[in-house]
Amino acid sequence: MNWYGIRAIYKFEMARTWRTLMQSIASPVLSTSLYFIVFGAAIGSRMGEIDGVSYGAFIIPGLIMLSLLSESISNASFGIFFPKFSGTIYEVLSAPVSAFEVVAGYVGAAATKSIILGGLILLTARFFVDYDILHPVWMFAFLVLTAVTFSMFGFIIGIWADDFQKLQIIPLMVVTPLTFLGGAFYSINMLPDFWQKVTLFNPVVYLISGFRWAFYGVADVNVGVSLGMTLLFLLLCLTGIWWIFRTGYRIKS
Amino acid sequence: MEPIITARGVGKTYQGGFTALRDVDLDIQRGEIFALLGPNGAGKTTLISIICGIVNPSSGTVLADGHDIIRDYRAARSKIGLVPQELSTDAFESVWATVNFSRGLFGKAPNPEYIEKLLRQLSLWEKKDSRIMALSGGMKRRVMIAKALSHEPKILFLDEPTAGVDVELRQDMWQMVHGLRESGVTIILTTHYIEEAEEMADRVGVINRGRLVLVDDKRTLMQKMGEKELRLQLARPMNALPEALAGLRVELGDDGQQLIYHFDIRSDDTGITEFLRRLNDANIDFRDLHTRESSLEEIFVGLVKGAREQSMEEESNP
Repeated sequence: MNWYGIRAIYKFEMARTWRTLMQSIASPVLSTSLYFIVFGAAIGSRMGEIDGVSYGAFIIPGLIMLSLLSESISNASFGIFFPKFSGTIYEVLSAPVSAFEVVAGYVGAAATKSIILGGLILLTARFFVDYDILHPVWMFAFLVLTAVTFSMFGFIIGIWADDFQKLQIIPLMVVTPLTFLGGAFYSINMLPDFWQKVTLFNPVVYLISGFRWAFYGVADVNVGVSLGMTLLFLLLCLTGIWWIFRTGYRIKS
Repeated sequence: MEPIITARGVGKTYQGGFTALRDVDLDIQRGEIFALLGPNGAGKTTLISIICGIVNPSSGTVLADGHDIIRDYRAARSKIGLVPQELSTDAFESVWATVNFSRGLFGKAPNPEYIEKLLRQLSLWEKKDSRIMALSGGMKRRVMIAKALSHEPKILFLDEPTAGVDVELRQDMWQMVHGLRESGVTIILTTHYIEEAEEMADRVGVINRGRLVLVDDKRTLMQKMGEKELRLQLARPMNALPEALAGLRVELGDDGQQLIYHFDIRSDDTGITEFLRRLNDANIDFRDLHTRESSLEEIFVGLVKGAREQSMEEESNP
């Protein structure tokens, strides 16, 4: 195992985070705070409890998930896209590092950033609403699992994208709508029957539901199903990455 | 001693169907400077990219310091450093960070003393904290070299190292390459500057249209393939070649001021004596004489032309 190689990629990617602190950390924290002010404090104060949880507290898991998904994807996709774009990928391809080590470095760094961000959003939320975490270990497990899974998904997007537009298209046109419609701001039980069934095809529902269960012990779907769906998505991403490195898709001719 | 790089039957056909390399066999000896010459698109970079692991070969095998580049890629790649043709750098990183990144990527423990020595050797120490984007083109080229040497490789590939660099830096680079060879590093460089190969290389390989046309010692190559000229500065200019010189490979040059006699240095009888005897019999006087060898460039042009004709012949008579 080339530990120094993994560490080099990881450190390089983390250094990019510290260099772009405003964009990487401050900006998502600020936008989430705005959500808390608008939906939590202003609108939420006029709404009743959902499943016994105040609206302000109810949206915390969904808001963390919203940032976690978009930041994991954007960090990991940019991390691998930029060396392809600038040509510096030659160094990674010619180095004695395996596919696993490359992914561990890039995905590890992207997931770390997302987890730090999730923690910061959680701390920020404390300024706006009171909340409890019923199952902190499970909450952390869901946080890590989702960050790793979506960082892998971002890595795949970064490999697939051959221009900046493609890099943005999946996070903006697919992931963000799915997150908004995945119960970040409401319980899917509040939807009409038909739309409740349709919503179950949205994979983000399972992520948010499981995460919310870890906070308050209430969920739209069974927590076991949520965990299973998260692991299934992780497996799909792993398969995608394995295929990319086996075939050299868009990185090696 | 076994070669440090052994390539056997290496071929590459890209997805679009373009064949960049055909059945290349090549041995690079330890400690030598090997120049790979060829026109643009000949397959030089593809061959280097295959050996370095950037491109997958379609056929053949390559051993680097005894390690198969596919099956034993970790050991093989850890021996190799690559300076690519393009100036691909992490613009926002500092020189120090990017060189240390390269060392780590190649699986080596941090060694600040070695990196400092390397940066000093390449006159980069004063710039170690500068962002790469703030450096000149020449300095960026040095950073690329520092990155390639950061893990102390035994084999260094320089792909068009002096493309677009000024004369001063080119001289510095030649000096550095010789210094590296003295420290035991085997150097393979691609270039289409013949003078570069002539100045630096011990051996030369000529590649054209994906085929390795020839590999030979630079001096032997020049001796074998080279033609010499004997140039005589005439005492009295001529309008036409005199009858006395008929049948000899002589031409008139410099507006009739020179007689140029071509001869083959491989031949036992160069014909110089006969040429001079005929001049004497015809009372042709000359003021000065000197000989001149073919340059590597002239040899290269001849080889590439020959290979092109052969390839066209093969294509028309498959």
